[in-house]
Amino acid sequence: MSITRRDFIKTQAAMAAAVAAGTTLSGVKNADAAGEDDIRWDKGVCRFCGTGCGVLVGTKDGRVVATQGDPDAPVNKGLNCIKGYFLSKIMYGKDRLTKPLLRKRGGVFDKEGQFEEVSWDEAFDVMAEKWKAALKAKGPTSVGMFGSGQWTIWEGYAASKFIKAGLRSNNLDPNARHCMASAVVAFMRHFGIDEPMGCYDDLEHADAFVLWGANMAEMHPILWSRMTDTRLTKPGCEVHVLSTYEHRCFELSDNSMVFTPQTDLAILNYIANYIIQNDAYNKDFVEKHVTFNKAATDIGYGLRPDHPLQKAAANPDVGKFDPISFEEYAQLVSEYTLEKAAQMSGVPADKLERLAKVYADPNKKVASYWTMGFNQHTRGVWVNGLLYNVHLLMGKISEPGNSPFSLTGQPSACGTAREVGTFAHRLPADLVVMNEKHRAFAEKVWNLPEGTIAEKPGFHAVLQHRMLKDGKLNAYWVQCTNNMQAAPNMNEEGYPGYRNPDNFITVSDPYPTVTALAADLILPTAMWMEKEGAYGNAERRTQFWRQQVDAPGEAKSDIWQVVEFSKRFKVEEVWPEELLAKKPEHRGKTLYDVLYRNGQVDKFPAEDVTDNVGNVYNNSESKDFGFYLQKGLFEEYRLFNSAAGIPKKGHEMASFETYHNARGLRWPVIDNKETLWRFREGYDPHVEAGSGVQFYGKPDKRAAIIFAPFEPAAESPDAEYDLWLCTGRVLEHWHSGSMTRRVPELYRAYPDAQVFMHPEDAKQRGLKRGQVVKVQTRRGEVETRVETRGRNKPPQGLVFMPWFDAGQLVNKLTLDATDPLSKETDFKKCACRVLKG
Amino acid sequence: MDDTVKSLAGSASRRRFLAGVARAAGAAGAFGLVVGLFGRQAQSLPAVAIRPPGALSEKKFLSACVRCGLCVRDCPYPTLSLAGVGEDVPVGTPYFIARRYPCEMCDDVPCVKACPTGALDPELNTIDDARMGLAVLVDEETCLNFLGLRCDVCYRVCPVIDKAITLEMSHNTRTRKHAVFIPTVHSDSCTGCGKCERACVLDTAAIRVFPRHLAKGRIGEHYRLGWVEKEKHGGESLAPGMVDLPDRLPDELPDALKGWKP
Repeated sequence: MSITRRDFIKTQAAMAAAVAAGTTLSGVKNADAAGEDDIRWDKGVCRFCGTGCGVLVGTKDGRVVATQGDPDAPVNKGLNCIKGYFLSKIMYGKDRLTKPLLRKRGGVFDKEGQFEEVSWDEAFDVMAEKWKAALKAKGPTSVGMFGSGQWTIWEGYAASKFIKAGLRSNNLDPNARHCMASAVVAFMRHFGIDEPMGCYDDLEHADAFVLWGANMAEMHPILWSRMTDTRLTKPGCEVHVLSTYEHRCFELSDNSMVFTPQTDLAILNYIANYIIQNDAYNKDFVEKHVTFNKAATDIGYGLRPDHPLQKAAANPDVGKFDPISFEEYAQLVSEYTLEKAAQMSGVPADKLERLAKVYADPNKKVASYWTMGFNQHTRGVWVNGLLYNVHLLMGKISEPGNSPFSLTGQPSACGTAREVGTFAHRLPADLVVMNEKHRAFAEKVWNLPEGTIAEKPGFHAVLQHRMLKDGKLNAYWVQCTNNMQAAPNMNEEGYPGYRNPDNFITVSDPYPTVTALAADLILPTAMWMEKEGAYGNAERRTQFWRQQVDAPGEAKSDIWQVVEFSKRFKVEEVWPEELLAKKPEHRGKTLYDVLYRNGQVDKFPAEDVTDNVGNVYNNSESKDFGFYLQKGLFEEYRLFNSAAGIPKKGHEMASFETYHNARGLRWPVIDNKETLWRFREGYDPHVEAGSGVQFYGKPDKRAAIIFAPFEPAAESPDAEYDLWLCTGRVLEHWHSGSMTRRVPELYRAYPDAQVFMHPEDAKQRGLKRGQVVKVQTRRGEVETRVETRGRNKPPQGLVFMPWFDAGQLVNKLTLDATDPLSKETDFKKCACRVLKG
Repeated sequence: MDDTVKSLAGSASRRRFLAGVARAAGAAGAFGLVVGLFGRQAQSLPAVAIRPPGALSEKKFLSACVRCGLCVRDCPYPTLSLAGVGEDVPVGTPYFIARRYPCEMCDDVPCVKACPTGALDPELNTIDDARMGLAVLVDEETCLNFLGLRCDVCYRVCPVIDKAITLEMSHNTRTRKHAVFIPTVHSDSCTGCGKCERACVLDTAAIRVFPRHLAKGRIGEHYRLGWVEKEKHGGESLAPGMVDLPDRLPDELPDALKGWKP
């Protein structure tokens, strides 16, 4: 069946008319904010990926009954993907948690007991007792928290303050560690400041698009729609796709390249070599704006120190890079000839050369996109950097259409995980705990005694699980993420860590996830529109929403839980006397008083939250604490971006109110203007007049080109385990399936995970399509069905398996090898075998 | 439950009720009633009931099928059912309803292998050659992809993806910066397995599988598609030996005509 062009145009016209009519009926401007069906509509943000689609949320009788893509949202113009279509159902799964659940036996807590309903008081009593015992016995490094790029901005900020300042532990890390830590470290190394220089408008401005390990067609569906439109409508536009298996992006691709895992390192060095050999590099740009450097090599695989691979490494975990000359750089990349790159990667030479030519053509604007293929990589920081090298050699950066762009997977990976300092080494606004001045500044903003914040970075995500297993991290709190399912090597690290009798594990979640069920205490959590929130998307766009409905039962927001729990700690219980002596006014107070009733966070009284047409919204936290908590936290966070003497400029935010009245704003927001392209004069007010381009994150205002070579993956197929195992996602399910699998229609659309395999590989193993098989690695085994057709087409020698399915825990199989610099796991490469089930 | 499934189930339960009444009325009477039902049912197959892979045309199938149920027994999924008394499908014959449980397209086609009579064509060795029905995007007004959203679930679940269903891309004239991805079914590759209908996320599926005779139009024999005929002819015109006189043009083409071809 096909439709004619005329039919299609007619449909489009009818559709446009309908949408226009719908806008006047149900738009946010409507005075009584109620359409004919009595639904109140207000501005919100999609709960799922980092795209940040604007939505309007429809509420009736205290329940979210409908959503719509916001037709005026600049990102999505009224569109959504299929997850966004079902937003109104995600809060109403049948197994929503409404009461705290504690493992008990005989009426008291017992690690081996069954979950029983308890009051919040009892839950926090037991939890506080465990945390205090750990602090007393082993000090601040024995407590920690695992957070989320799905936290709202103020949830991340409040948690960061609680753990790093209050409990003086840096053991706070977000699930974003699994997601874009490699991108972050590369931003810092190359530009000295985090997050992309460009924005989504590059999707319309570029002449060529290159996808490096990004399945945008499924993972960023609305951005893919924008890219596709440019490809269709702009003459000469082309799309290049690189991946280790064929996926949905290949459908649009003009130059499809399936490469042997890990050889992206070689391909990128070849492109740099091609640019130099053909004298195509932008000499003026390179001379004025770039430095050349060489990375320390043989850096290991982020495994436990006693792992043979770690012992064998010459420079384990060394992130150092040293200046070199342009000539030395040219010499280093010269090894990566076309022949070598083609031979290593398995990609035909003509395809690689075509790709190199696109980058080398001074008249073609190139936007490069990547996600997990680059970031979940034992050389993730390097491979991010090698792509920057290519863009910087050509000066193809920080201007419309020329854009190396790291896409994010979570709705606030940027806004929360990165910007407010929820990583084990970070403080708000790009500050780091290792830097004395940064700590001092944070302590000043927070009115804390000098020396409160510990200097040593805390345990990162993977290390947290190792430390739990080793009994060194004993009181642990997970919020807003399903890390038992998401983290690597569950059998050997995660699960033994949670169930270690020395440890007390608390998990806050709206649903009984795999992680929650592995815990000792489950706290029921208010989600999405049940609280006032803010997310920051991949293009630096900060978006706010008001609380639309109340949470069910006794469920409470993550921010309430952290702030309320802080009341349980007297300063004397967690700080040593010498610290207290520096700020005697804190004596006798609780952490709640010191951190959140400090005259800043509680500065704004509780008020009726209203929209522009007079609807009044609840704010549960204002009610419970008696002040406008979200506003106080955000305004205090803004001090890190705007107070006198800030150590790092460039993250300016607008006021709290401004965001409630905008469809998101891209920071830095200065003089009430957004910034679309950073580091470029005319677009970015931080760039000095007359300089053209300034990478002001670096002291010398120059971006770093850093050479790094090819180094092999941590584990490759061999005779025993003969296939590459690559894990990933699907369009229908996000965030481990914890919400999407509770939407019946999404469950029906993609019920169970499968292992995607090349038909020849299946045949050789005597496997039939649909047959039950065992996927085995050195770490574990998972039963699934084999799929030789469908959306993903792996080459021979590689299998792909999505990890959304709680019934098939793929991370029993994965290896906890990380990038030694970013500490991000390589979920894309380990060795497995597939046998008859 | 969505409308299509409900209607069949509804009618089935109504019939079951009738059958129950009949049982109460006595065995002989019931037999008469059931036979009477057979007579009427055999006339037509409901549009939502799809025959197993390799089924002969309905009339031939009904005469060849001995109602043994072996195909249902050998189906490794809950796909195939035998029609019971009181259903709209002739009693004892195998069928499936895509929205309820579609055909999983087993490589080795066990249902066909099980058939002792050839009602399911034993020549069907490759499941891709099966033509159980044909998917039709019946409602362009509610299909989310027609509206510009990125659903395309029907496309991604298709076991013959990119052949049986493709996404035809075009410019979204409303947003002006997104594309529209129209799921388009191709009858030369669609097996009618029904995965798309099953997975459609709408309350009532916008894409459905119908028996092919209901789903497919036919162009009159009196008209042929010129470009298809030419391709069949090896790219050669069916009217060879024509001349085309050159067009008179100025030596230097104006900019507007550069790159122009007549």
